[in-house]
Amino acid sequence: MIINIHKTSYEVASRDFIRSGDASKSIKKTLNQMGFASQLVRKVCIATYEAEMNIAIHSHGGEIILIVDDYTIAIQIIDRGPGIANIEQAMKAGYSTATNEMIEMGFGAGMGFYNMQKCANVFKLESKKNEGTKIDMIFYIECNED
Amino acid sequence: MKVKELLLNKNFTLLTKNSDTEIQINDVYICDLLSWVMSHAGNQCAWITVQTHTNIVAVAVLLDMACIIIPEGIGVEESTLKKASEENLPILSTNLSTYEIASIIYESNKNVTK
Ligand SMILES: Nc1ncnc2c1ncn2[C@@H]1O[C@H](COP(=O)(O)OP(=O)(O)O)[C@@H](O)[C@H]1O
Ligand SMILES: [Mg+2]
Repeated sequence: MIINIHKTSYEVASRDFIRSGDASKSIKKTLNQMGFASQLVRKVCIATYEAEMNIAIHSHGGEIILIVDDYTIAIQIIDRGPGIANIEQAMKAGYSTATNEMIEMGFGAGMGFYNMQKCANVFKLESKKNEGTKIDMIFYIECNED
Repeated sequence: MKVKELLLNKNFTLLTKNSDTEIQINDVYICDLLSWVMSHAGNQCAWITVQTHTNIVAVAVLLDMACIIIPEGIGVEESTLKKASEENLPILSTNLSTYEIASIIYESNKNVTK
C-alpha cells in the first residue's frame, strides 16, 4: 500500500487582520492544484478560515498544519493560549466573547465552531484555560467527491 | 450578467486593478457578518457589504465570489484594494442602495439560464 503524504504549516499572528485569511487562501490553492472536487475544497476552506480567524481574534498566535494523504485532508490547529475555560459554552452557536471592535468588523457571530463542525467529517477540540487550544479536523476525500 | 456588463451602468465604479471582470454573476448575497457569509454565500455571487477591511478579500476569494460591491458611496481602504488587485478580485463602488443593486442584477439575470 502506497500512501502519499503532503504536509505544510502556516504561522498565524494574533490581531494581524491584513494577513489573516492568507493561510486559508494558500491551502485552497494547494488543494485546487491537487485536483480535489470544488465542494470538498469549499468545506475545508470554510472550516480553516474560521479556525484561522479564531487564532487571529482570540489567541496569542498559532499555527495551521495541512496534511493530505490518499484518503483524508487533515487540518490541525495549535495556538499559544489563552485557552478556553468552558468548551461546552464556547461551542454553542451564537456564543462569542468578541469585543465591540471585532463585532463592528463583522467577526464575533459565534458561528465559528458551528461552521467547523458542519464542514469537517471529524472535529476534535482540546483546550485548557491558560494553555493553548488544539483542533483536529479531518475531511474524507472519498465521501466528498462531487 | 458579467461583472463587466454591470460596469457599463454609470452608477458603478471599479476600484481594483487587474480585475477579472469576465466572470459571470450568478447570484447576489447581502450580509455583513463574515461567519454567516462564509457558510451561506454561493459561488460566483456578487457580495454586497458595508465591511471594507482587508479580510473581506479572503472571504470572497475562499468562496470564489464574482465580485464585492460596496453600496451607498462608502469608501474602501487602500490596503483592501491592493489585496483584491493581487487576487484579480473586482471590488465595485456605487452610490446605490443594496436593494437597487440587487434589483439591477436580478433584472439582467431573470431571463437568462445560468
Ligand atoms: N483559539 C481560541 N483561543 C481562545 N478562545 C477561543 C479560541 N477560539 C474560540 N474561542 C472562544 O470561543 C468562542 C466561540 O468561537 P466561535 O464559535 O469561533 O465564535 P466567534 O469567533 O465569532 O466568537 C469565542 O468567542 C472565544 O471566546
Ligand atoms: Mg470564530
